[in-house]
Amino acid sequence: MSTLDDLLRGGRPASHHAPWPRVTVDRAAWDAAIEQLAGGHLTLLGLWPDAATVHMALLDEPAQAVGVISLACDGGRYPSVARLHPPALRLERALRDLSGLIPDGLPDTRPWLDHGQWGPNPEPPDYAFLPCEGEGLHQVAVGPVHAGIIEPGHFRFTVNGETVVRLEQRLGYTHKGTEALMAGADLATGARLAGRVSGDSTVAYALAFARAVEAALGVIAPPRAVFLRALMAEWERLANHLGDIGAVCNDASFVLMQAHCAILRERMLRVAADAFGHRLMRDRIVPGGVTADLDAAAGQAMRELVADIRRRFPALVELYENTASLQDRTVTAGMLGPELARQYGAGGYVGRASGRPFDSRRALAYPPYDRLAFDVPVFPEGDVNARVWVRIREVEQSLALVEEIVDRLPRGTLRADLPQPGEPREGMALVEGFRGDVLVWLRLGADGRIARCSLRDPSWFQWPLLEAAIKGNIVADFPLCNKSFNCSYSGHDL
Amino acid sequence: MRKLLFASLIRPPLTERPPSPDDAALDELGRAFVRISRERLGRSLSIRAIDAGSCNGCELEIHALANAFYDIERFGIRFVASPRHADVLMVTGPVTKNMGEALKRTYEATPNPKWVIAVGDCGRDGGCFAASPAVMGGVDAVVPVDLHIAGCPPTPTDMLKGLIALLATMTGKA
Ligand code: SF4
Repeated sequence: MSTLDDLLRGGRPASHHAPWPRVTVDRAAWDAAIEQLAGGHLTLLGLWPDAATVHMALLDEPAQAVGVISLACDGGRYPSVARLHPPALRLERALRDLSGLIPDGLPDTRPWLDHGQWGPNPEPPDYAFLPCEGEGLHQVAVGPVHAGIIEPGHFRFTVNGETVVRLEQRLGYTHKGTEALMAGADLATGARLAGRVSGDSTVAYALAFARAVEAALGVIAPPRAVFLRALMAEWERLANHLGDIGAVCNDASFVLMQAHCAILRERMLRVAADAFGHRLMRDRIVPGGVTADLDAAAGQAMRELVADIRRRFPALVELYENTASLQDRTVTAGMLGPELARQYGAGGYVGRASGRPFDSRRALAYPPYDRLAFDVPVFPEGDVNARVWVRIREVEQSLALVEEIVDRLPRGTLRADLPQPGEPREGMALVEGFRGDVLVWLRLGADGRIARCSLRDPSWFQWPLLEAAIKGNIVADFPLCNKSFNCSYSGHDL
Repeated sequence: MRKLLFASLIRPPLTERPPSPDDAALDELGRAFVRISRERLGRSLSIRAIDAGSCNGCELEIHALANAFYDIERFGIRFVASPRHADVLMVTGPVTKNMGEALKRTYEATPNPKWVIAVGDCGRDGGCFAASPAVMGGVDAVVPVDLHIAGCPPTPTDMLKGLIALLATMTGKA
């Protein structure tokens, strides 16, 4: 009997929650769950408010099992998870801003997404950054508008000479109220919104949303749609990893790599536009299936491009490996230890470059990955170099996956009909985006509209680790370390 | 190995394939841009990109303008790091309330004459986020907009077309 089973057995099961169980628990069980998290026996997958209830998604890694526990908030309060388990801290600060529920014992009560521009705080609060005391320390403030073409956020560095003593992030600038817009929306609107949570992961989000809806309704997408979705997901992963490998090298002032990787990425986007009608494959995955088919010519174009990347990529990898000036920047820079990666349940290349092997395609084996052969590359070193290597190895894996998917593409329809639920139903999904696991949880009303939808980006558990990884590095290495994490602002700010 | 890569870099990167209609159209757009920018500005054009709340999709395509296929620097278009060096602000996203002030300040820090392009469907009117109380609306909810480039996100070619259209209107202010 696993840790998670024990917790779930004690609660009252929700009537329609799929594919994993959700139970309402009492305060003692809630506290027990927090202890299991703090003791490292469970991993926090998500934590979100739902009217006067708070839900917590948990992963039991050894058992590869997922479950949700829910607690009714008495008088709008509940025992804070972050009190004992820091990875919940930002989620609880955000939850407080958005729902008004109070996590009792929350160690940091500063608002997070609420900058005093909307919502309960009418005045822009004087945001007090954490103090840093010592001789010779000074602060460098960066953002929210950055020098490059990137998303907005604020970084407060405390430095001693060149060395970063502390980085404190302040995020929330791109908060668009996405979850509030979801409430009451129909499924088509919901799918469009989900695909716009983080543009670089539009396929992953649309897929997670669609799978959550299908779980709630008990619908299974047709086999051809399942394969086409995976094809788009792997294509998105490839395009982003290629872009990132180039961009990390660019931030180490090695522009040549960027130039070559950007060419490969651009060619992928063009083939995607020809195949699916959109360069980023946006709005192609919907609840029930997909809206775009792949014809033989487009399948052939994908195959040819994969073959060509296979020819060109090894030379780039060799270039990366054999350029001393580049290795000098990436090896041992931005170290993230395995304990923190595990504690935070860091997904994607951040986790897998620090020895945490979790990949939801493998651990939860959602279709069609249960029928496809692939490796999950893991590196123990935890530096920028390891995060580049995870991407390199994943490029190779995804190239093979694309070939396999195109070869084995089943025939048949593209969309299943969605029934009217007739009663409230809940569903959830975990999907492996290029950055890590995206979690979508939702409840549909009897009329089939969205009653509540929560979207948890992998960045929630990666951003705080960047603060840890940069400590002791020089300020000039921040862009490099930051790019190697490549966390989403919009996905996090919602 | 290095030699080979450098050689491929020095070689025009796409000449091994005959230019597709796409590439030919792009070249024509580029030439049009250079002609008009010489007429209207007499120099190259500096752009500052500002994300005022986008989903980052628009940023991806602005980035793509720099890859070897578009390589817009060859047409005299540069992305600069400071608004103080910019002629044009390219603003993406529905403007979130949390970014309103930063956008306004960036606009104010840009010297006159200046032009603002609202990029993407969100930049026009807030797109599918327009109804949110956390969003102010399109870019023109905060700063005056000279041109809008539609799309979600607009393709790099759309953006280049938009820049040409903007140049064509650049009179009076300068
Ligand atoms: S227009 Fe589309 S791509 Fe651009 S910010 Fe809006 S949702 Fe994202």
